[in-house]
Amino acid sequence: MRLRTLTAWAGALTLSLVTGCAQGDGTGASSNTVTYWLWDANQLPAYQACAKGFEKENPGLKVKITQLGWSDYWTKLTAGFIAGTQPDVFTDHIQKFGQFADLQVLEPLDDLDIEESDYQPGLAANWIGQDGHRYGSPKDWDTVALFYNQKMVKDAGLTADELNDLSWNPEDGGTFEKAIAHLTVDNKGRRGDEPGFDKNNVKVYGLASNGGGYADGQTQWSPFAGSAGWSYTDKARWGTKYQYDDETFQSVIKWYFGLAEKGYMVPLSDYNVQSNQANTQIAAGKAAITFDGAWMISTYTGFKGMDIASAVTPAGPTGKRATMMNGLADSITKASKNKAGARKWVAYLASDKCQTVVGEYGVVFPATPAGTEAAVAAYEKKGIDVSAFTEPVADTDNFRTFSYPITNYAADVTALMQPAMEDIYGNGAPVSGLDETNAQINLILDQ
Amino acid sequence: MTIASNSPPIRRRGDGLLAAVFIAPAMLGFLVFLLWPTLRGIYLSFTRFNLLTPAEWVGLDNYVRMVNDPIFWDSLTVTVEYVVLNIGVQTVAALAIAVLLQRLTQSAMLRGVVLTPYLMSNVVAGLVWLWILDTQLGIGNEIISALGVDRIPFLADETWAIPTIALINVWRHVGYTALLLFAGLQAIPNDVYEAAKVDGASEWRMFWRVTMPLLRPVLAVVLIMTVIGSFQVFDTVAVTTAGGPANATNVLQFYIYGSAFGRFQFGYASAMSVALLVVLSAITVLQYRLTRAGQSDLG
Repeated sequence: MRLRTLTAWAGALTLSLVTGCAQGDGTGASSNTVTYWLWDANQLPAYQACAKGFEKENPGLKVKITQLGWSDYWTKLTAGFIAGTQPDVFTDHIQKFGQFADLQVLEPLDDLDIEESDYQPGLAANWIGQDGHRYGSPKDWDTVALFYNQKMVKDAGLTADELNDLSWNPEDGGTFEKAIAHLTVDNKGRRGDEPGFDKNNVKVYGLASNGGGYADGQTQWSPFAGSAGWSYTDKARWGTKYQYDDETFQSVIKWYFGLAEKGYMVPLSDYNVQSNQANTQIAAGKAAITFDGAWMISTYTGFKGMDIASAVTPAGPTGKRATMMNGLADSITKASKNKAGARKWVAYLASDKCQTVVGEYGVVFPATPAGTEAAVAAYEKKGIDVSAFTEPVADTDNFRTFSYPITNYAADVTALMQPAMEDIYGNGAPVSGLDETNAQINLILDQ
Repeated sequence: MTIASNSPPIRRRGDGLLAAVFIAPAMLGFLVFLLWPTLRGIYLSFTRFNLLTPAEWVGLDNYVRMVNDPIFWDSLTVTVEYVVLNIGVQTVAALAIAVLLQRLTQSAMLRGVVLTPYLMSNVVAGLVWLWILDTQLGIGNEIISALGVDRIPFLADETWAIPTIALINVWRHVGYTALLLFAGLQAIPNDVYEAAKVDGASEWRMFWRVTMPLLRPVLAVVLIMTVIGSFQVFDTVAVTTAGGPANATNVLQFYIYGSAFGRFQFGYASAMSVALLVVLSAITVLQYRLTRAGQSDLG
């Protein structure tokens, strides 16, 4: 009797363990709830406000928003795809889009009738896969500009106008290199362009560092490579050949990482992706200027006791200034348990109504022109001039904007380019080594 | 004898069922979480698999690729370098601490203090050291710089990164290892030491002639365990350097993780895991043989 009871107990326990694993569903998805994930904590209140408007318009539907930090976000999303606990809708990044399209985990959104002309140029087109179907609705956009410490710039005798009028070239670095050399100060107070400057004992670097820049160099070398006329791939979208073996590109990279060798840019040994990115270097007063993205505006302008302003990227050999223009999108997961609700929510997210509300929070530039306008006004209200980020989009005569590389095997490209770039930056490896890396990458793309 | 052989069958059957019930939870855990994943991992190593679409049999392709992959060999070298530094320093330090605890103090408090870093999670320990050692902002480098010495890029330089990570993990694990060795020391009878003392042996001589030989089986087991653990280093690397700079700390486990969860190449990642399994098994058997871990010189 006792034995039988014990066996029964053990059996029940085993059964509950096994079924328990299968039933676990952290998303809480149901027919009247739409689960939504995003990674930027700054944007959470804006989208919560948007969700409120949505729920009012769609009685009976509820939006459950989850915010996760950037790296946890993708790990958890991947795990979610495998375990079936993915959200209905999530904020998608171009860098991951190719891979998700390969894995066929995204739901086509063709019937949402997204009109390209309703959004800032180029944003909507990026989210069409190689199969011709749309997998994302435009959410927001960002560009890259220079952030600078106003006091350091003033102490160096430079003006805001001068910083907005810099130019560079891969031979002598132009006025840009002159400026960051002058902004660099060694332990004994000598500037980078003064005799006796000690590059091994620098107190303040002219230019901060965001590391080697992986395969895209978005906030590192891409403004230079772009203004030299170079493009990542042979085609704007879904290219089949990367061009890291290009002579122009390699001359840009050699000059750019050479800035660290000269002591004007924070060396790789001082950078750490966890503890010491460019914004930390600026906040700690270890560097005077840096390239960074529009998503960092609130961060930089929020530094206590430090006045940070922004300026446009320097003009390159092509005569144009350049910046990557990247945009996020909202995607629906193929395994979503509430596709009808998810479609409604994504349509709402892509509408002027929601994007204006988000814009009014002044934390991001929404994808629709009206949303962008609301954001610019909101930043202005806070006393923040964001023209360095909006000008490149408005003034196509003087600016070149280019997109994040969209190809297959993006994760493999990053995995190969990261060590290659760090080797040049940190160990002084020759840039010609990129020829081999590029060949490996193109071999993978050929599969 | 006849009586005995007549009645037990019933009891034996009863015992068998009861035994099965008691063994079931552990056996279930072993089958579900160990044996099945291992077999499946070996199977997947012969496939191309991205987790979301069905695995496709590719024979030995992954193994051929592995043998020809310079990054794999590089990460294996980096891992071995890490293990040698980590285990070398850790074992010597742990042995010293254990002997000091045994011969010098009876304080339970002191014995407890030795263990404190082990109470911290690997990730937290990694983050704390990352902040202490940051080249520009870390308090460790502030002190070094105040002493008039050049700042040291502990975790951001090719030559420094692996030794630094090895020592961070020594810091965390040395107390625990010392405690295991200390338990081994406690098992050595005191009269051996008394006899040695009567013969006029010094502490140094007693360590080499009494402690070391009698501690050998325990030391061997501790070594086997810590070497296996050391080969599996992952979290400290993930938190402090993420494999960089320029793959200088791309240890095997990190490469496997990146291949699987970053690049969705679960087949190739499985092949490298199988390689790691083979390497670890070989090392363990070798260690067991060389140190005669199964035999004691005591008694």
